Amino acid sequence: MDVTFRIRRLNPEIPGKDKPYWQEFKLSDVEPTDRVLEMLHRIKWEQDGTLAFRRSCAHGVCGSDAMRINGVNRLACKVLVKDLGTKIQVEPILGLPVLKDLIVDMEPFFAHYRQVMPFFVNDTPLPEDGRERLQSPQDRELFDDTTKCILCACCTTACPSFWANGSYVGPAAIVQAHRFIFDSRDQAAADRLDILAEPDGVWRCRTIFNCTPACPREIEITKAIGEVKLAIMRGSPEGIIQVQEIKHEA
Amino acid sequence: MQTHQFDAIIVGAGGAGLMAALYASKGGANVAVVSKLYPTRSHTGTAQGGIGAALGNHEPDNPLWHAYDTVKGGDYLADQNAAKVLAENAIDAVIELEHMGLPFDRTPEGRISQRRFGGHTSNFGEKPVRRACHAADRTGHMILQTLYQQCIKNEVKFFDEYHVVDVLMNNGACVGVVAVQLGTGELHVFHGKATLFATGGWGKIWQVTSNAHSLTGDGAAITFRRGVPLQDMEFFQFHPTGIYKMGILITEGVRGEGGVLINRHGERFMEKYAPRIKDLASRDVVSRAIYLEIRDGNGIQGKDYVYLDVRPETVNRYLAEAGETRRVTGEEIEKKLPDILDFCRVYLGVDPVKEPMPIQPTAHYAMGGIPTNVDAEVVIDENWTVLPGMYAAGECACVSCHGANRLGTNSLVDLVVFGRRGGMKIAEYVKQADLIPLPANPTAEIEAEFKRIRSGKGRSKPGELRGIMQKVMMDYVGVFREGAGIQQAIDTVQELRERYQTDLSLDDQGYKFNTDLMETWELGCLLDLAQVTAKSALARTESRGAHSREDFKARDDQNWLVHTLAFSKLAGPYQPGTLDLDLNTNKKVDLSLAETDPRFAPKERVY
Repeated sequence: MDVTFRIRRLNPEIPGKDKPYWQEFKLSDVEPTDRVLEMLHRIKWEQDGTLAFRRSCAHGVCGSDAMRINGVNRLACKVLVKDLGTKIQVEPILGLPVLKDLIVDMEPFFAHYRQVMPFFVNDTPLPEDGRERLQSPQDRELFDDTTKCILCACCTTACPSFWANGSYVGPAAIVQAHRFIFDSRDQAAADRLDILAEPDGVWRCRTIFNCTPACPREIEITKAIGEVKLAIMRGSPEGIIQVQEIKHEA
Repeated sequence: MQTHQFDAIIVGAGGAGLMAALYASKGGANVAVVSKLYPTRSHTGTAQGGIGAALGNHEPDNPLWHAYDTVKGGDYLADQNAAKVLAENAIDAVIELEHMGLPFDRTPEGRISQRRFGGHTSNFGEKPVRRACHAADRTGHMILQTLYQQCIKNEVKFFDEYHVVDVLMNNGACVGVVAVQLGTGELHVFHGKATLFATGGWGKIWQVTSNAHSLTGDGAAITFRRGVPLQDMEFFQFHPTGIYKMGILITEGVRGEGGVLINRHGERFMEKYAPRIKDLASRDVVSRAIYLEIRDGNGIQGKDYVYLDVRPETVNRYLAEAGETRRVTGEEIEKKLPDILDFCRVYLGVDPVKEPMPIQPTAHYAMGGIPTNVDAEVVIDENWTVLPGMYAAGECACVSCHGANRLGTNSLVDLVVFGRRGGMKIAEYVKQADLIPLPANPTAEIEAEFKRIRSGKGRSKPGELRGIMQKVMMDYVGVFREGAGIQQAIDTVQELRERYQTDLSLDDQGYKFNTDLMETWELGCLLDLAQVTAKSALARTESRGAHSREDFKARDDQNWLVHTLAFSKLAGPYQPGTLDLDLNTNKKVDLSLAETDPRFAPKERVY
């Protein structure tokens, strides 16, 4: 099938192209199961080598190629042509400065990530037998969903609150904080809840739900943010998430 | 040009690089991590099934058994001292990862949960053992995230999106690297006492691969061009279960959970090839079996793929046949293999709980690479002479703990164990070593090479050359090889190298995020590594592990219990003309465990 791509472009080094503009490319012999990333590569390799975008793993795990595709944030390697039709529009994710074509400045995004203490804290003595700390399967399950985050920024750059105010830490940073706040082994939940109770923390979330469908890892982000809000209100993450009993093989 | 000075420079921010950075900085070194990707984009994150360690959380296990499986899996080319270090250190390394917060799945007792994996057995090959510590089917993702988090906690300095393109030597020592800052195109010199390469593999040499686009072997290529040998390059693993045509990896954990390989007649064909452990045989064995089935017309619809079947009814039927009491449900499969199910649903429209998955072998892992000792120090000859200041760890390195074929889960073990040992060694080294000055004009040669690439006015596009290389390597230097085919690959790659040198043209003449330029430079790395791979493969006139010669079908321990060391006859970042090699086969395999324990002596490998 033939597909027309309409791509939002910008090249800071070329006068006349240093403001955003649209450019169309036509591709033939496209298979319905082709990934958008493969089509961007075909455009780059067959038609215009100057087209710039980030990519690496090409199967939805590394988080490099978040883009706004037909108006929705997605990973280019995880959306197929058949789900989009023959006219495909690709532009950079919103809310972060565009550096060149589909490449945005990720530094503000990672700065928010670093704000929430995104690392394990437990200064108590290690088990004397030299082995692992214990954690029940139920306790492990409480934060399973938020461990899936790949920091692609699809959620944060789909969030109108973030678009309106870039100082808001954004959904991805809250997801990362959630992963530790609800980990029974971690001891810095109170510190993270304090950080997220600040004006640029969770309360900038107005429960718009854009983040949840934007997530290529299908993390229930709005729910996770709600759980963090509740933990702040109650002053503790205890008892907020319920999990079903986990069946185990012998 | 900007110059930065650090005690230690870590090139690459996957598991090995981050582990080394963490331990070097904990040991007091001032460390910079320089990576062409944001660290969390590194390929460690795509590792799925687990990390092997003889914790014995479900059943008895022993690091010696793990070492045995590693040696046997490697078809006796693994250096046995290295396999021993790998298996013994794995236990501490995994426990430390847990202490860093890594969210492993848990047993009902709260311990780290472990699953079966290909080639991992108890009691010297007796039966499969649960050794792979896992976090769903995203164990690598968890390792990468956890290590990056700990680096942030320890305030490690990162240079993200700085692409290392040359290594600097002076007075016989490594003194740093040159990197392109991708956002500006500017060259930066990183000057240090110790430099560790952790740049990953080069699966992009082949057409069907599980590897990321970024896996172009940069670290291996640039050290090779500066006189460091490449070891055992003929050994490249094809993972048996890649998604048909796309190459996306389907973890061996699927078979660990009971999934089986099925041909067009519905036969579980691995019963023929590995009667004892069947679908959980070593990867090279399973990949060859799939090729043979396809060659015999047993592929699905007669085509070049077979099925991987993890439907509960199939799994349970074979569990019952084997006399096991365990049964699985669709729900458990969903819980244990969520990402695999997602890949199949997204890319194939296939639901593995209801339908089998179409799979074919996919180029996956470099056993060869930059030769090192067990402390990640780069060694440049058969006498284990250390190159001062240069280190390598992870897939780009060849310790060699994997020998001729790596066992599943051992890549993650390798990168945490040897990344950690390298980091510790570096911390020690930089305390007593002097900073050797930079060579004169440190960026002159690489600048000239980039100028040459930019100024090309030829007719060839990099993508076209890459495509031809990938196809010829897939056809002739893949799962099965024979002399004439390998020679054809060598000739074709040589032609491509000539076109690369004389007939290229670039579209993008800019400096900021010039991905056209950087992809082209990466292609140069791939072409060099393809040539070294093919020439090493032609020279090794035997079949061992992942190197299977149809014209030399037997393993030849008399002549080939040795490592291949390939040296370039040229020097410098641009290697014009034919890539002539010195191939040295004087480095003998370490058989130290076999000296005291006959079970480690090379013998026929049956599963």
